[in-house]
Amino acid sequence: MDPVFYSRILTELTLSFHIIYATIGVGVPLMIMLAQWVGIKKNDEHYILLARRWARGFVITVAVGVVTGTAIGLQLSLLWPNFMELAGNVIALPLFMETFAFFFEAIFLGIYLYTWDRFENQKKHFLLLIPVALGASFSAVFITIVNAFMNAPQGFNLVNGELINVNPLVAMFNPAMPTKVAHVVGTAYMTSAFLLAAIAAFRLLRGSDHVYHKKALYLTLKVGFIFSVSAALIGDLSGKYLAEYQPEKLAAAEWHFETEENAPLILYGVLDDGEVKYAIKIPYALSILAHGVPSAEVVGLDQFPEEDTPPLYIHYLFDIMVTIGMLLMMLSAVYWIGMWRRWSFVQSRLFRWLIVIGGPLVFISLEAGWWLAEVGRQPWILRNIMRTSEGATTSGQVPTMLVLFALLYLVLGIGSVVVLRRMFIRNPVEQEIIDRQQEKGGDIQ
Amino acid sequence: MNIEILGITVLWIFLFGYILIGAIDFGAGFFNAYSLFTGRQRILTNVIQRYLSPVWEVTNVFLVFFFVGIIGFFPKTAFYYGTTLLVPVSFAIILLAIRGSYYAFETYGARGHKGYSFAYGSTGLLLPASLSIVLTISEGGFIELVNGQPVLDYWKLFTSPLTWSIVVLSIAATLYISSAFLTWYANKAGDHEATQLLRKYALIWALPTIIAAGGIIFELRKHNPLHYESIQTFWPMFLISLLLFLGTVFLIWKQRQYGVAFGLLMGQFIFAFFGYGASHYPYLLYPYLTIYDSFTNQAMAIALIIAFICGLFLLIPSLYLLLRMFLFNKEYVKGKENHHA
Repeated sequence: MDPVFYSRILTELTLSFHIIYATIGVGVPLMIMLAQWVGIKKNDEHYILLARRWARGFVITVAVGVVTGTAIGLQLSLLWPNFMELAGNVIALPLFMETFAFFFEAIFLGIYLYTWDRFENQKKHFLLLIPVALGASFSAVFITIVNAFMNAPQGFNLVNGELINVNPLVAMFNPAMPTKVAHVVGTAYMTSAFLLAAIAAFRLLRGSDHVYHKKALYLTLKVGFIFSVSAALIGDLSGKYLAEYQPEKLAAAEWHFETEENAPLILYGVLDDGEVKYAIKIPYALSILAHGVPSAEVVGLDQFPEEDTPPLYIHYLFDIMVTIGMLLMMLSAVYWIGMWRRWSFVQSRLFRWLIVIGGPLVFISLEAGWWLAEVGRQPWILRNIMRTSEGATTSGQVPTMLVLFALLYLVLGIGSVVVLRRMFIRNPVEQEIIDRQQEKGGDIQ
Repeated sequence: MNIEILGITVLWIFLFGYILIGAIDFGAGFFNAYSLFTGRQRILTNVIQRYLSPVWEVTNVFLVFFFVGIIGFFPKTAFYYGTTLLVPVSFAIILLAIRGSYYAFETYGARGHKGYSFAYGSTGLLLPASLSIVLTISEGGFIELVNGQPVLDYWKLFTSPLTWSIVVLSIAATLYISSAFLTWYANKAGDHEATQLLRKYALIWALPTIIAAGGIIFELRKHNPLHYESIQTFWPMFLISLLLFLGTVFLIWKQRQYGVAFGLLMGQFIFAFFGYGASHYPYLLYPYLTIYDSFTNQAMAIALIIAFICGLFLLIPSLYLLLRMFLFNKEYVKGKENHHA
């Protein structure tokens, strides 16, 4: 049993599961904040209720996010002890700062959840949400900095296996950091927006024609559009970062074999015996993506020894990520224009089904993006410093742990879905609106 | 005080924080499940839920803080402990994951669900036991270097009386700390029936706690003479701890001053925990790893300490706010208000 292989699989499994809940954990607080803010500004009880119901569901996903985050935090040391020993010396600072962000978020989430209607002034309660959203987003920022460091390590010198001249700040502000952090945080907002939009659209399709869901849809798709545009723009900058600092990753993702000028971008296609078939070639696009100039030279895979380049299947991951991102951007744009121009098409059942499908799709895109990022860094765990195989544990028990964790994630995944369904089916929004009307003496429709 | 000691002291304080509030949390979960199955649910559930609800996530952060901090300050621990603890810590993670998520599932999604309550009540009790294994291993004698790689000897670990004394202590102390705290909390809430029941639990678990603690010192004499000798030089701390223990039991027995009783209990554990920690110095893992040879570079150490101080400025007011709004808020404790989302 090869511990390296199983350590990779277990890490991949944990991250793939954790990232679903972590992304919701980063993005949804922003959505709750927007809804509550709009509710207070417009004095519209529906938006307030939207915030409240989202917050309730959010707690369940946070719980799973927290425990799986703890799992990956510990697994880093359990499965990659050699890597963590080195990394601990150089990049421990943002890891440590992340715990503070997490602390901050946890404390205020506790307070926020248990102080609904406790204050006369609703704005006070709203203020409690700001540290939650900030803490969540900064957790993502700090952790992504660690990931960026793995792609572009700097801030130290290795002389005969000895670490010298360590500078934690230089390590943090590495070249991969700006684009990576922006992309991760932006897409977390985007993912959460499309998830919540899918839920609203689904309720509308399932017979609840309440204006509450329409308001939810309108708000979430607006946010979804904004952040899908930002994701595309930052994606373009990521291309430029890769061309400069990790050209082998870009070349593998784009199937760019020969170094050349006027490089075309290859979309889709399959690889058959080293030959690209059925692909769409967009002339000059890769040169533009990499350097912003159609005639620029883009370094190809021919410049690297094969043992230093990532596997070529990451191209498919790139295709999946980009295609879904573009589709969702168009979908939300059409919705936005449609609402403005009063096209009945965007209120049709078909269009709502498209929004519903957007929910699972955005998560597929998220997973593809992370696999692209991680597999694209191979064979390195710390680029040009430590190979993944050198970082792994030597323990023979990893396969057994893999089985146990797979079962755990199954239990947590099913459990969270069952509980969320139960929560919202037992307390439908129509009922809650009536309940609150009676409580308040009724100025809500 | 040098920077290595400063680092380990900060981490030890946070570990103590985790053990204390974790014990309250895990014990409460267990008593809650236990009361559900023995029909005492009516008496206990309310009090327990009121305390637990707003703080569960905070508890977990203390643990994360500790293990992230120890890798930061003492990166070599990743190599020694990371390699050897794969199985025990993986079990702890799984327990922790079930405990944390099913607590949330029950509290927010399915109030009173017996299966969920049982899941988080029982895993919460096993969790201290599984985490305490790390302390046992740190005593040395269970890890050997084979071809330069540390390997854990499971047979030796699980047949050692030291292991089981520490396991018993962790479980007994969890239930003792938790019931003593909840006695105070229930009393504050003016819930007489719950106070009486929890008081009974506190008295029941006091004796096993102190016996197991004494047993560990006795076991260490055989297992790790070096550490045993070191412990003896700190005898005043353990004596104070014992006196504080007697004080707590006396007050709870006499049904007086539950708040003071819990204060003394905290003192008992502070003295014992820091006495133990100090006597462990300078070893992080007998005999391979000390805080000096595993310490990080100066630049990182200073950066971490600056980050820590800045973090405290953020953390302390926030924690104070949390406590003021829930733990020290009479209306909330008494359950007069319900402002849950």
